[in-house]
Amino acid sequence: MTNSLRQRLAPMLLGSCLAFGLGLTAPAGAEELRIGFLAPTTGIYAQIGKDMTDGFQLYLDQHGNKLGGADVKFIVEDEQGKPDTAVIKAKKLILNDKVNLFIGGLLASTGYALAPVSTAEKTLYISSIASADDLTQRELGKYPYFFRTGWTSSQPHHPLGQWACEQGYKKIITVAADYAFGYEVTGGFQKAFEDCGGKVIQKIWPPLGTKDFGPYIPTMKQDADAVFSLMVGPMALQFPKQLRGAGNKKPIVGGGTSYDEFALPFMGDEVIGDISALQYSAAIPTPKNEAFVKAYRAKYGKVPGYYSESNYTTAQVIDEAMKKAGGKWPGAEQFIKIMQGLKIDSVRGPVAFDDMRNPVHNIYIKKVEKKKLFGYDKDELWNTVIKTYPNVSQFWTVGKDKFLAQPVYSREFPPCKFCE
Amino acid sequence: MMSQKIKILMVIAALVAFVYIVPHSGSFVVLLATRALAFAILAMSLDLLLGFTGLASMGQAAYFGVGAYLTAVLATKFQFGLGWDFWLVIVLGILLGSALAAVFGLFAIRASDVYFLMITLALGQCVWGLAYRWNSLTGGDNGINLNARPSFGLDLSNEVTFFYLVFGFFAVSMAAMYVLVRSPFGRSLAGIRERELRMKVLGYNTWLHKYIAFIIAGGFGGLAGVLWAHTNGHVSPENVVLTTSVDALLMVVLGGAGTLVGATIGTAIVFGLREYLSTLVPWWQYVLGGVYVLTILYLPMGLMGIPAAIRQRLASQGKDKDSKKLVSKPS
Repeated sequence: MTNSLRQRLAPMLLGSCLAFGLGLTAPAGAEELRIGFLAPTTGIYAQIGKDMTDGFQLYLDQHGNKLGGADVKFIVEDEQGKPDTAVIKAKKLILNDKVNLFIGGLLASTGYALAPVSTAEKTLYISSIASADDLTQRELGKYPYFFRTGWTSSQPHHPLGQWACEQGYKKIITVAADYAFGYEVTGGFQKAFEDCGGKVIQKIWPPLGTKDFGPYIPTMKQDADAVFSLMVGPMALQFPKQLRGAGNKKPIVGGGTSYDEFALPFMGDEVIGDISALQYSAAIPTPKNEAFVKAYRAKYGKVPGYYSESNYTTAQVIDEAMKKAGGKWPGAEQFIKIMQGLKIDSVRGPVAFDDMRNPVHNIYIKKVEKKKLFGYDKDELWNTVIKTYPNVSQFWTVGKDKFLAQPVYSREFPPCKFCE
Repeated sequence: MMSQKIKILMVIAALVAFVYIVPHSGSFVVLLATRALAFAILAMSLDLLLGFTGLASMGQAAYFGVGAYLTAVLATKFQFGLGWDFWLVIVLGILLGSALAAVFGLFAIRASDVYFLMITLALGQCVWGLAYRWNSLTGGDNGINLNARPSFGLDLSNEVTFFYLVFGFFAVSMAAMYVLVRSPFGRSLAGIRERELRMKVLGYNTWLHKYIAFIIAGGFGGLAGVLWAHTNGHVSPENVVLTTSVDALLMVVLGGAGTLVGATIGTAIVFGLREYLSTLVPWWQYVLGGVYVLTILYLPMGLMGIPAAIRQRLASQGKDKDSKKLVSKPS
């Protein structure tokens, strides 16, 4: 049996290998808007990739697959969570599918890798999730076809630093994932917190993907008033559990991804009362958001997080810009100009854009609460908005020129003046 | 058995056909082919160790990474390597890859088998850690963007021109490695692979042989890295991460270790499935997994073992008593 199977399989294997031949190009459509969408649909980030795609798709479904009157051809490509793959997939979208614009990219590094593609191919790239600060700051000049509808990493964390200072916290320890996103988030928080008079007395950098915080928790200084945490993915579940388990009762203020709706349903009651900041919370008490949460939940069976919201809002931005363009694609340069002038009323609140093509939007300080919301009958964890900082730009209150004169946030900047 | 000359002619014919067909098959295919060729140099360099010397290195991406980072750092911080000095960067990339391998080799070559694998894995992770953490130089997780390809009479920002260039490097690398493995030095490597003790008894300095092979493989890895940096326009720790090393290893095993051509075929198949098939169907990973499993189960020699397997089958059908001669050698 094995022998005959082997005999049959060997030619099949060879055949299947040869079958992936060359060629196959999709023809460009006539009067439609062709949108390429890059999200990781396989690999460890597949679920986030699905959330991203679902958000955009929901808006299309609600609007009869039309944006600003144009029929949309929505092409999703798997970027596999790897910058290199994202580059080749973006080129595939541009060269084979002749897209008018492409959206997406999950990781900050992916955003970095995609930006030059937009420059080289003169094709609009809208970053809805990837949040690397410098893309719309010090390096914007290199990327004239780059536009952001999402956020910069430090953007929500300046107000959070201010808020923490206003709560009377004097000394804070930061615990953040050890990579560029972590540096920018922590940097934004530290800058605003210390400008207001607070002191960051210790910075701990566990590696991305840390599963056991046991070695880090005992090293945390005891005289801190609060802990700032920036966790990503499974780290977000583990850190609060272990910190509380170790008897540390200090209040936690967290970066955007530490308590987002992606992680929240899997968290225990120990996170109740923890604070975080982001441009979106599923619990924003507006009719617009309630309608979005209900529609999303009815269709996909879960509460939307910012991964979905940001892409939903991106679709809305394109929709309104296309309306202004009269339903015809006006070319990338013109389209960017139209988008920059938009002021939209979105699920996350009012959104406008600064002259560096980054959104100016509300930042919500959120507290984890267990409650019933929007008529759902079970007690669930929600990110209740406790304070809104309206119309926050990526430069916070520092001012654009002064902000851009300082280096990008890193492990070394801002320096930890009060660490011993 | 085919004579070696016919085999060489077949490879050359295949390459000529390849270089003729690709530029006529749409710009996406050109990009894909360029990437696969650059990576194939890395896979072949690993084959030098795995297939010809019997050393399963799990850290080959380290040399690839230093080549790529060297290119990116020189281009962005010093504006170096964007004109004629591109050729200098190629040389520097090869030298840096070799130099790193020379250092790592001191640690790794003393071990063998699984210990060698673990040490190379650890050393590769050291380089990854540096790329990831040395923010001021490498840009950390964000990586480095190269904003332009070199231009020196030839404008390499033209994808087809760049494809020809990478193809040229690929062909030269393949030829060089082929000459190497057919040389007396290469023969003694094969001897070490088959039975190191016997080679020692015969008076060969096997440590030195393995060390030199390791350094040469590092040099080719560095070359692949330089080309990769310009292929992508972006260098990130993803290029140095363990999975890149493992990918290269799987490609070599898939195509057939100890054949050089096999490493290339393996690279082509993996890139084809991962980056081409994945644009067509969402279940491409099952195909990739299936190909790996079926190859390991039924073609322990890799895809290059197919002709031998077919011959063996024909021979056994004809109840030829000599069929045992054709049984493939263990890799």
